[in-house]
Amino acid sequence: MSLVDILSADRTVSRRTFIKGVIAAGATASSATYLFRSPAMARAQGAPGAVERLVTLNVNGQQRRVDVLPQETLGMTLRYKLGLTGTKFGCDRAECGACSVLLDGVPHYACSLLTHQVRDRQIITIEGLASPGGDLHPVQQAVYDEAGFQCAFCAPGFIMAMVGALQVNPNPTREEMAQALSGNLCRCADYDKILTSAMRAAEYTRLQA
Amino acid sequence: MSDDRLIGTNHVPKDLIAKITGRARYAEDFRAEGMVFAKILSSPVPSGRVRRLDASAALDMEGVLGIITADDVPEVSGNAEPILTNRPLYQGQPIAAVAAVDETTAAEAVERIQLDIQRLPFALDPLDSLIEGGPDGRDEGNVFQDGEVSRLKWSQAEMDRFEGEAFPEDLPVTDEWSIGDLDAAFAASDLTIEEGIVFQSQTHHPLESRSALAYWRNGRVHIHCSTQSVSQTRRAFAGTLEMDEEDVVVVGEYCGGAFGSKIRGSLTDLIPAYLSRKVGRPVMLRVTRDEETAFGRARPGFQGWIKLGIRSDGKVLAVDSLVIQDNGPFGRSGDMAMVGNVMSLAYQPEAMRHRATPVYTNTPPRAAQRAPGGLQAGAMVEPLLDRAAEELGLDRLDVMKINAPRGRARFGPNQNELTSAFVPEAVDRIRELFRWDEKKEWNGRTNGSKVTGVGVGYAPFVGGSSGFDGLMVVRPDGKLYIHQGIGNLGTHSMLDTARAANDVLNHPWEETEVVWGDTGKGLPWSSTQSGSQTTHAHTRANHATATLLKERLQEIAAMDLGGSPADYDVGGGRVFRVGSPGTGLSFAQAAARAMELGSAFDGHELAEDLDPMTVHAVERIAGQGLVAAAKDNYSHDGSTWSSVITACVVEVDRETGVIDLQEIVSVTDCGTVLNPRSLAAQVHGGVIQGMSSALLERWAFDTRWGANSNRRFYTAKPITILDVPSRPLEFAALDMADPETPVGARGIGEPPVGAGAAALVSAVNNALGQHVNRTPITPDKVVALLEGARPGYRRMQTHV
Repeated sequence: MSLVDILSADRTVSRRTFIKGVIAAGATASSATYLFRSPAMARAQGAPGAVERLVTLNVNGQQRRVDVLPQETLGMTLRYKLGLTGTKFGCDRAECGACSVLLDGVPHYACSLLTHQVRDRQIITIEGLASPGGDLHPVQQAVYDEAGFQCAFCAPGFIMAMVGALQVNPNPTREEMAQALSGNLCRCADYDKILTSAMRAAEYTRLQA
Repeated sequence: MSDDRLIGTNHVPKDLIAKITGRARYAEDFRAEGMVFAKILSSPVPSGRVRRLDASAALDMEGVLGIITADDVPEVSGNAEPILTNRPLYQGQPIAAVAAVDETTAAEAVERIQLDIQRLPFALDPLDSLIEGGPDGRDEGNVFQDGEVSRLKWSQAEMDRFEGEAFPEDLPVTDEWSIGDLDAAFAASDLTIEEGIVFQSQTHHPLESRSALAYWRNGRVHIHCSTQSVSQTRRAFAGTLEMDEEDVVVVGEYCGGAFGSKIRGSLTDLIPAYLSRKVGRPVMLRVTRDEETAFGRARPGFQGWIKLGIRSDGKVLAVDSLVIQDNGPFGRSGDMAMVGNVMSLAYQPEAMRHRATPVYTNTPPRAAQRAPGGLQAGAMVEPLLDRAAEELGLDRLDVMKINAPRGRARFGPNQNELTSAFVPEAVDRIRELFRWDEKKEWNGRTNGSKVTGVGVGYAPFVGGSSGFDGLMVVRPDGKLYIHQGIGNLGTHSMLDTARAANDVLNHPWEETEVVWGDTGKGLPWSSTQSGSQTTHAHTRANHATATLLKERLQEIAAMDLGGSPADYDVGGGRVFRVGSPGTGLSFAQAAARAMELGSAFDGHELAEDLDPMTVHAVERIAGQGLVAAAKDNYSHDGSTWSSVITACVVEVDRETGVIDLQEIVSVTDCGTVLNPRSLAAQVHGGVIQGMSSALLERWAFDTRWGANSNRRFYTAKPITILDVPSRPLEFAALDMADPETPVGARGIGEPPVGAGAAALVSAVNNALGQHVNRTPITPDKVVALLEGARPGYRRMQTHV
């Protein structure tokens, strides 16, 4: 079963079956391996089926060329191939939001996007918010001014979600802000301060506009 | 002195920019040249014996570098937990680990290992093990008593008493203590309350899993891990690896949450260390969320009884408690002892008996979880005082105040004294801040299907140790470098405690660098970041060290500029003559002089009472400036505890059982406040975590196969941003200094958890006009209660 077949099936394929299926097909891999096979091994197996491709991704305003496997998630590509470790894996299963990035300005879970699917989209990660000169994005500045977050493992995901939310609704109530951020977990339970930071972020965003 | 003290002021933690720009590196963010990847073969059964493990097919795979099994790691004895095992005692326990060039290959290699494992009887519920003929969680027995694993069984008659309707006076237990005359105290009571109590086990589930990277270089091992404490982790790892501390480098700059599950790192952090040594490559072990449920630690659950004897004015005269602890397979969790101490302290009874037994089960291993024993006390016992207040016709806060510890209150089997407590003042403050007298009238008020409940709860917990070291150096650049062996788990204590030094030296925070996270940089011996002890321990250590540094500055000034050291003062980055501030030396000049003078000025001569780790840390920086290293030898007379009282308003929907948090207010007695905003975060965060436990968190085991179905956040969802009130949380700190510590500050991380749970349970009880004594209070339980099915003392159908 090829990747195309899998993706166009009526979604009855489980994630586990999918990944195993691709492994069985002998997927090739790129050089900076993490999860996937080294090129030498793949060649030795004369792998049929899914093929790696060199793609161009638009990440943080830059064009990045990278080898990407069909089953590779955006989170994997960002963290393990592009050196952008700010995006975190909390669960790798779309249950916590720590891996949130912006795709054309809309928050998405990077653990649950295939990199191949997002080749033509504008991807912004936490590393792409501050200016090249180091000036913080208004949302980051707001978090700083309120000393938001504790262990901060959830912070990059929350901040990206805030940026995305404020692009849609720059003048939210505190309840609306909570709704917009409901895709992100904070185990330290810093939610009260995170919301206060987010409301200040809204204020700074409006001022900047 | 000056009004510019840093202690008591907000500051933005210096590491926040790194955190919010993605530059902060947690364990899994590190890379090493030639790094390979590990995957764990874990036990599929809750109790088993490996008869055969054949890894040949795995090792034959291209790209597989090697495997480690129990033979490759130290053997353990008694009830200690091994790193790898052939006798797994819980489902998910690591049996072996494989290293390969990529994770997929490692995972496939694990699948190819032929594992013949004999399935053995297992125990999930302590009561299933305690009953005569029931399975034992360990080979040697089912309980821990007098320093060893042994066997304790109850007859059916004894079990019937435990599971019956009345408080069981007499049952065999492993641990017991008592004070005072219990019979007399109950005889003098006007009201006796007996309740079965249960608290659920719950996984720590920090958002960052405990991934770890290890490599060896020139005989030294470097371990990047997620840990609460840095210096103490280094010592623990060195002990297990049987190496000199000097040859163990721990990097733990940021820890993405732990709550007690990573106090000295994790056992699994050593899996990549052993694998790396064997295969000769750096090894990265990425731990999945499923694995976090299996070996990421959990809080022990309790089943038991409480009997309270209360006088007509609300004073608790007698406490008789019995706790059966679900201990997991290893060690003995301190929760069962701590819950007794907490009750003893919180209620100050004239007489008390506390009985407890730790029972081994084949469930995930336990560790202290934020307020071990304290959260349980808050959720299980505090609400009983609500019942007492109601039956005696008293105001709940009056009952809280009459019992509250004050001054050098005593507690526990040895009746130890506190250093201080100002809890009655905290009761007065919450009454005022929350407007208790007005809001308690809202109880039972309906709004359609919803009913309002107003509740309050009190929780104390430990908050301070002493006797640790500080290390700081003024370098020729004129800056003050404070070395902290403290871990960075998000409480900000790593930075807040450094400011105690700034106040002694009257030194600007902007001219201060905090050095932390990498033992290779020379970090002193520190406390663990657990038990809320760091704020107390390290304000003291930094105060002592800064005091020594100040003396050295004064000595140098006197030497160079004349007079005696007492003629000089320190401030603003200078040491200067009192009354003639133009005469003096800058910190930069003093540093240069120290390097010329050597000996006790630049770290080449040290006090004799420093911990060896501190001595070695100084060796790294000796000669590089004005160096001061000192041990906290300040007196510490008494046991240091802090308290939180939380009040809340909830709305319970009687049709759906959903509980809506509307308002939460807390007051804390934790000594001098270091950083108001960080303190608020600890209080509010802890309160919400406590409410999360009381509302949501539990396990559900398949009793046939011993499998835990709460493997990930989907099935173990902690409280979310939608659950917290939209109205911002409020708090106040008494800010009354503890007299037994120079900076006056006590710890705060843990007391809020019990207070939050207690307040929540209290509010729900008051809303429903019923008595919920079993958490988590999930919607189905509320609905069942309202329909008259009262959960009580009986054995549950499913182990949760």
